[in-house]
Amino acid sequence: MSAVVPATGGAGGARSVPAGKIECDACPVLCQITEGRSGACDRYANVAGALTRVDPVLLMRRASDPDSDGPVVRFAGQEPDWDGDLVGQSVFVTGVGAGTTYPDYKPAPFIVSSRQQGVDMVTVVTEGIFSYCSYRIKVDTDRYLGPECATVRHRGEAVGHVTTIEYGSQFLSLGGVHHLTGGSKKEGRVTCDLMMALGNKEAVDLDIEGGAHLRVQAGRAPIVDGVEERRMRVGCGSATIGIFARQWLGHVDEVVVVDDHITGVLTEHQAGKCLDMAPSGIRIRGRKSTPGRYFQVANPGTGWGGTDVTDPLTIVEGFSPKVARPGLRLLMVSTTGDHHAWFVLDDALRPVPAPMPEAVARVVERIGENCEPSLATVMFVAGAGGSLRAGVTENPVLLTRSIKDLLTRVTVGGAPAYVWPGGGITVMVDVTRMPERSFGWVPTPAIVAPIEFTMRLDHYRQLGGHVERIVTVEQALAQARARWLAWDSANPWPADPPPLDPAPTGPKSRGPAREP
Amino acid sequence: MPTFGRGSGAVRAQLPDGRWHFQHGPIDLVIEAQGCPEALEAALEAAWQRFRSVLGELVAELALLRQPVRAERRPAGPVAQRMHAACLPFLPRFVTPMAAVAGSVADEIVACFRRDGVQRACVNNGGDIALHLAPAAKPWRIGVAAVPDAARAARRGCPDAGFSVGADQPWRGVATSGWRGRSFSLGIADSVTVLARDGASADAAATMVANALDVAHPAIVRAPASSLKDDTDLGERSVTVSVPPLPPSAIAAALDAGEHEARRCRDSGLLGAAVLSLQGHWRVLEPRAALHREAA
Repeated sequence: MSAVVPATGGAGGARSVPAGKIECDACPVLCQITEGRSGACDRYANVAGALTRVDPVLLMRRASDPDSDGPVVRFAGQEPDWDGDLVGQSVFVTGVGAGTTYPDYKPAPFIVSSRQQGVDMVTVVTEGIFSYCSYRIKVDTDRYLGPECATVRHRGEAVGHVTTIEYGSQFLSLGGVHHLTGGSKKEGRVTCDLMMALGNKEAVDLDIEGGAHLRVQAGRAPIVDGVEERRMRVGCGSATIGIFARQWLGHVDEVVVVDDHITGVLTEHQAGKCLDMAPSGIRIRGRKSTPGRYFQVANPGTGWGGTDVTDPLTIVEGFSPKVARPGLRLLMVSTTGDHHAWFVLDDALRPVPAPMPEAVARVVERIGENCEPSLATVMFVAGAGGSLRAGVTENPVLLTRSIKDLLTRVTVGGAPAYVWPGGGITVMVDVTRMPERSFGWVPTPAIVAPIEFTMRLDHYRQLGGHVERIVTVEQALAQARARWLAWDSANPWPADPPPLDPAPTGPKSRGPAREP
Repeated sequence: MPTFGRGSGAVRAQLPDGRWHFQHGPIDLVIEAQGCPEALEAALEAAWQRFRSVLGELVAELALLRQPVRAERRPAGPVAQRMHAACLPFLPRFVTPMAAVAGSVADEIVACFRRDGVQRACVNNGGDIALHLAPAAKPWRIGVAAVPDAARAARRGCPDAGFSVGADQPWRGVATSGWRGRSFSLGIADSVTVLARDGASADAAATMVANALDVAHPAIVRAPASSLKDDTDLGERSVTVSVPPLPPSAIAAALDAGEHEARRCRDSGLLGAAVLSLQGHWRVLEPRAALHREAA
């Protein structure tokens, strides 16, 4: 089956198709459809001799006109204020709902020509079926989510694993071919469900073995063990000391910034020394790193600064009587400012809770202000290197090279895709930049996602592209019912500026950096 | 979740409310079931495995299935045999096995849910429904929407009429037919909804009663089926294209004809109950206490 292919190239099977009819090969019924009618399913129709999918395909329109700046979803033929401008300046056909074959032995559903700044452009629109795809999830949190390499489960099934911690964020790897098709049927199905939900920007629940329960949703705050994360830490404990030391000077005698990674102690830290601060005599649990920096002051957890600390004094062993003095003022604070306490030493050199002075509270508040909102970021990673390319060109490796040489721009549902260096066409895209409900699935199980390739017409010809299949935007619209959506102005227009001109001797020029 | 009809294979997708959608070519099933999770999962898997080959089996003898039913020409496939059996009692009237195709597919699939641990199941094939009810299971409540218009659908929970089908009743099939539906009708009913012992019987009976609900009126637009759709089993027969507002006498006459056929079917055990509607007028054939009108 193919969503939109001219009838002439279609099924040259054993059955003869009467003149004026086309045979639909979308399903075993093989309806022979007269022009102007639909098949038994009412999903495919014969429109002017072309087999046409009745399901709407998603088109996006640049909000150049003032009255289309909200998301507009309209159906073709019911477009009251559409001015018919289809020269490619303002309409982009997405791969969402385009439909494709698997394996892709037919040209892609849409190969659309348009003109952009005087250059003939071609966009090849398809939906790829991706067995090899996954998500990288960035969870902005210092809370302990689980050990590296731990299995991540969804509805009891293994769907991914915990990977590295980056500054202020825990990364997860979810989905992927190993879980989709390498495990039990149930594991594959649950993984597919999870991947659909993540891509379509829904919330999903995850359980990390030996770690936390997590709820993530693209572009929203993560929820760790039922508690919504609000802030990303301003820095590690040591960095927090470095950033705020000067602002504390004169108002405190000691500051301990509690952090699961590196707990900072102001008077021992280089920052305190530079300010000529006197040692406080505090003794901190944990493994001493460089001066004023301590590892492993407690266990990882969901308390202060990503530790399991709920009472900060549990990490303080005491004060040296030779150095400390009664009345010494101690601030303990976490790396987000969420947790904080103020103590004053009594005559026995025991820290006693006391009301925090205004000047100190202001700096604690500032720690919070400097924390960015915690988010879960969902990046879709997929390899489009397989037979999908055959829908674009007869010589698939040329497409791969063309993308590497920036001659062809790749978008995923209109969203800019980062193309990984190295072999193949491995793309990465932020799902929040894609239209709603961009992702589908097939029972393999595998994930269906839109993908578009935009390049100059002359370059497409050089690639061995299916030039004979090129249609204008107007013709594409005539072949499939359209669903309109306003262009997300945060995304660069795929044909703007036009992709590079192929060098006459072959693609060499690296040109300007491409969009992310 | 959107479904994607691609490849020559069947596809399935779980809807956001937990129901399942199976689709293959022209067949769309929406499946709902309740019971213990293990049994449901096994039933669903069995249903899916069965579903995948149904369309291929039907296509293999499609030419025969599009011919008028003849007692001596039994088709080979299990679904086709359900279709054939459901249509036979209507001879010598014109009927092809296709009159019961939707209900027969629903019956074939709901059979996968008739097992220990599954309390209730409902396989809805575009309005032709097969039910499973374990003993003492909660009754299914089924609404009737006479006119499939969007404004009415928007007012959810307010169907035009309703049935309740309990485990102690013999009915396991519900079907609706009318000229606005996806299949052509020879009559002018907005809807004829019937209860019958299974989906195939309900489908055939609804089709036949809706065909009978008719009146001669010059403003009713009819056209040969073959001029509207390719390869239709109705051939050159005149099918209803549009029905303008009719005078009360014509409405009453049409409903009389429909009710007469429904009564005949009920008396010979081909259906259990029926609700007929035409332009805001209703007829209810009420054999047992099960049937009730909710609103007009």
